[in-house]
Amino acid sequence: MADRGEKFDVIVVGAGPAGLSAAYVLAQSGVNVAVIERGDFPGSKNVMGGVIYTQPTAEIFPEFWKEAPLERHLVETQAWVLTERAAFKAAHRHEAFDQEPYNAFTVFRSRFDKWMAAKVREAGALIIPETVVESAIMEDGKVVGVRTGRPDGDLYADVVIAADGVNSLLAQNVGLREEVPPDEVALAVKEVIALPRETINDRFQLTGDQGATIELYCDASWGMVGTAWIYTNRDSLSIGVGAMISQLVERGVQPNDLLEHLKSHPMVAPLLEGGETREYLAHLIPEGGLRAMPKLSTDGMLVVGDAAMFINSMHREGSNLALASGKLAAQAILRARKQNDFSARSLSHYDRLIRDSYIYKDLYKYRNMARFFETHPEFFGLYPDLLNEAAREMLTVDGVPKRRKQRSIFWSALKKRSPWRMAIDFFKAWRSIA
Amino acid sequence: MKKLTLEQKLYLNGFRPDAESHLKIRDPAKCRDCELKQCTTICPVNTYRWENDQITIFFEGCVECGACRIACAECGNLEWQYPRGGFGVNYRNG
Repeated sequence: MADRGEKFDVIVVGAGPAGLSAAYVLAQSGVNVAVIERGDFPGSKNVMGGVIYTQPTAEIFPEFWKEAPLERHLVETQAWVLTERAAFKAAHRHEAFDQEPYNAFTVFRSRFDKWMAAKVREAGALIIPETVVESAIMEDGKVVGVRTGRPDGDLYADVVIAADGVNSLLAQNVGLREEVPPDEVALAVKEVIALPRETINDRFQLTGDQGATIELYCDASWGMVGTAWIYTNRDSLSIGVGAMISQLVERGVQPNDLLEHLKSHPMVAPLLEGGETREYLAHLIPEGGLRAMPKLSTDGMLVVGDAAMFINSMHREGSNLALASGKLAAQAILRARKQNDFSARSLSHYDRLIRDSYIYKDLYKYRNMARFFETHPEFFGLYPDLLNEAAREMLTVDGVPKRRKQRSIFWSALKKRSPWRMAIDFFKAWRSIA
Repeated sequence: MKKLTLEQKLYLNGFRPDAESHLKIRDPAKCRDCELKQCTTICPVNTYRWENDQITIFFEGCVECGACRIACAECGNLEWQYPRGGFGVNYRNG
């Protein structure tokens, strides 16, 4: 055993929100932690839509908004149901969202994660960048370390945390996770488009550092199961769209074309006018929900964040679940350390903590949603059409009495789908999210 | 706003490409029988192109998302890895 590689208490693979959260909690408790990151620095490979929530972030990094690199605090949330030529819009704004500590912020992952990593380093963890973990080192069926791509790159630990994101090759390598099927993962593409701050404020009716978000549906993802978004940053907009890989493949849609389709939509293009693209990004989003959740723990290893498929697509939540799961993993490890027992049985305490948390409860609530919408394309085509056409009809003043308009809306809808079918559709849709 | 081609967009991203591709086709002949050739459409940066009766991999612009890995998992002909440490895409915003 003389030439064995260096030994840590805990090795975290991946410096995203989940891994950094776990490392921070552990390092603060005096645990000897190493965080291995394959990018040049933590954040350089990380992508998300762009919203973080204050409360779950402050649970790990109290009062982070006073020093972290943030873009804007969100005061308004919009939802648009798009058809080819129309949009049905809903919006909510509240004065309370304009007051510290604020509810949510837009951020750039590469800057925010770098900041988080600096905090983790300050707390005493070792961050090892530019290093790819190739596999887990197993002894007697237990995870005892990781093999990195560096020469003599074997590192050992009591526990390894797989925080290596949606592709988690590590969890797969250890057998905790199967290959994810294409109908349980979405591909999202995004552009960062630079615009003057005043222009953004004018277009979104904002002042100072106020921010707004728009979620766009239906024609926004060309009728595929997916969503699109436009988020305001300080001097840029983040615009992106995601759709199930299975549907993109089936229709032969190139993701960049999907994004260009959204950008050129008559309701979207005016918001982007005069902007300049600064960056083009892509990332996978695990949409399988509870069904796709892997085994969360085994001898010497825990799985957190995207690697564990912790995503609530209904509420665009992911980074908060990542932070929360990282903290719970740290708690389970601290408990295991007290008993000096890192067996699967001891570490399964993490499974229990997850089960008792809102992570599992929300995944459970929406467990049937993705599958429902995949099998009900009318929610992405027919129903948005009917909604926008009904609105247009009622708002068109042309001498036709309103009662007759209502009747014609009613009958034209019935021609497209029977009232019985519609009732069942909406009942089932409600059941899948209720 | 001005519409950029995908190639123009990729010039905006920061990359440090390795000398050798991190993505490999195990058996190029097998791709000839692949009807869908989904790798040529699913990749957001057009890494895979069907040229001269085979798949050519332009790995330099790969953003390491893993879409091809998922889309081509079934036939198992794609060897998917991350680039070596320090190589590949470097996002400024993310």
